[in-house]
Amino acid sequence: MDDNGFLPRQTLQTLLDLLRRQGYRTIGPVVQDSVVQYRDIDTTDQLPIGWTDDQAPGRYRLSRVDSPRCFAWATGAQALKPHLFHAREVLWSVRRDDTGRLAFSEQEPDVRRLAVIGARACDLAALNLQDRHFLHTINDPYYAAKRQGLFVVAVHCAYPADTCFCASTGDGPRAKQGFDLALSELDDGFIVEIGSERGRAIAAQLPLLATTGEQVREATDAITEAANRQFRQLPSTHLRDTLFGRLQHPRWDDVAARCLACGNCTSVCPTCFCHAEHDDVELGGTASRHLREWDSCFSEGHGHLHGFNVRPNTHHRYRQWMTHKLGSWHDQYGRSGCVGCGRCITWCPVGIDITEEADAICAGDLPQEGSP
Amino acid sequence: MNHYLPREAQIVARTEESPNTFSLHLQLTDAAPYSFAPGQFNMLYLYGSGEVPISIVSGSAEDGVLVHTIRALGRITKGLSALRVGDRIGLRGPYGRGWPMRAAEEHDLIIVTGGLGCAPAVSIIHHVLMHRERYGHLSILQGVKHTDDLIWREQYDAWAGLPDVEVLLAADVAEPGWRGHVGLVTALFDQLSLRAGQTVAMLCGPELMMRAAAQDLHERGLAADAIHLSMERNMQCAVGHCGHCQFGGHFVCRDGPVFAWPQVRELLGVRGF
Repeated sequence: MDDNGFLPRQTLQTLLDLLRRQGYRTIGPVVQDSVVQYRDIDTTDQLPIGWTDDQAPGRYRLSRVDSPRCFAWATGAQALKPHLFHAREVLWSVRRDDTGRLAFSEQEPDVRRLAVIGARACDLAALNLQDRHFLHTINDPYYAAKRQGLFVVAVHCAYPADTCFCASTGDGPRAKQGFDLALSELDDGFIVEIGSERGRAIAAQLPLLATTGEQVREATDAITEAANRQFRQLPSTHLRDTLFGRLQHPRWDDVAARCLACGNCTSVCPTCFCHAEHDDVELGGTASRHLREWDSCFSEGHGHLHGFNVRPNTHHRYRQWMTHKLGSWHDQYGRSGCVGCGRCITWCPVGIDITEEADAICAGDLPQEGSP
Repeated sequence: MNHYLPREAQIVARTEESPNTFSLHLQLTDAAPYSFAPGQFNMLYLYGSGEVPISIVSGSAEDGVLVHTIRALGRITKGLSALRVGDRIGLRGPYGRGWPMRAAEEHDLIIVTGGLGCAPAVSIIHHVLMHRERYGHLSILQGVKHTDDLIWREQYDAWAGLPDVEVLLAADVAEPGWRGHVGLVTALFDQLSLRAGQTVAMLCGPELMMRAAAQDLHERGLAADAIHLSMERNMQCAVGHCGHCQFGGHFVCRDGPVFAWPQVRELLGVRGF
């Protein structure tokens, strides 16, 4: 887009102030519990200035670098998912009177407007997939209310971690869609791109300078280099048909022997949408709240069906997770459910790497006795 | 519209079907309209416990009474089994895609059920009997593990007495004096006089039974897409959001529970899906 300008580093605060004045609650990356997390911020001093991340299978460490930059890291443990699809949320409540009559009342959706600064291309690709799941077939009023009020300031990623593979899924490192404004970070400031009319209205009030050709080149080169630095990738075969054609592959047993079925991967995955519903009864016994809470296809109860379990062991659960994420997402939403953020690799306590497992299952000819 | 919010329903009658199977006859307490198609299901909510998906057995909602047949197996269904006439529960629905009753008009129908699988199929029978002139010959094949599990015996006898209806029963383990077949329900297919191009099959029951039955009927000349079956999975939201009922790319609650056989053939009966 031609619409861009240069925002000097010391004026980044203006962006936050403008959004807050328009009634947005502003969240951005902060270092908390030794991890980059999206939290409420009101000044740019709270951003992770001079921090970078080192990620590997089963490993996440932050370290200091001598840099004025605040987005010199790849990803935190969570993307935007917890801010739109809450980990725990009340859907409705019910009161029971003395005669046993039940009165149901709907939980009002949270309509507060939220602005997020720092979203990555992978986060936005995941947001788009969650939109398709929660909005496009049957509208989820709780997700919809929060989504409608969301203002996104993306940051093109120039610092992929070793676990990242967004270039291979086609989702990054440049943010292509789903933002109101997008930033490219340089040492002395930010190139600001406009992605929507709402973004344009905010940009018009920023103290933007004209960008120079050199600035634009530097930003473009950084993104190209970020793609080139990624060495992980998913197999380029048609994963849906290949995975479902190899349901009896011995690698499923191999990975099941390592997998703890802890569900960390599904918790950090920005596209996983499974959730369980349950009741929380008040102590007095006259009222109950009905909640939903993130669930995982690795949990015992996920495949529970009156008296038996559809997926009794880890072999079945890992296979369900991968064949869904990389396979049947194509049937459901026309593309893979993986955006290449690498979180499932980093946060797996035993360092299982989805790209390595997919490679092992899809590579070569199908082992004998292998046809399902 | 909030699809998650239940409405209040009152139990107006209750029938015992077998030692652990019962039917709740429910009436919504509000005046808002309600209608459903055979094969669809409701989410029933037990106060303070949670919800379960239960198929609707009635043929229509015209008299305002919705019959749900339930086996007391889990926490919530056991709780529901303790309720009495006059008690109130929550109900939301109907959900999912039901049986292709319109497309099946002017065809013979074969209904093959196993175990409590007969419950979602009973709505088909009620529907056909209410609109008898629209359908051809009706074959009802029901299989159970043990003859003790057979519910609605009087009902089967009554249906068997109707013109152009045949009822064939099978049990793996039979009580003394059992006049039905001993063995698998699919063995009853030999007794049918099938008009392959004129027949629609509707299956409901354990997946391996449905897989075997679909394959067998197909080999006897039924087109693959003339065979329909009702799937069952863990369901919590009933609108395709919570993810529990996924079967390959299908959300059983929303894309099913009734599918044409070719839609689900790839994974039918495969352990782990």
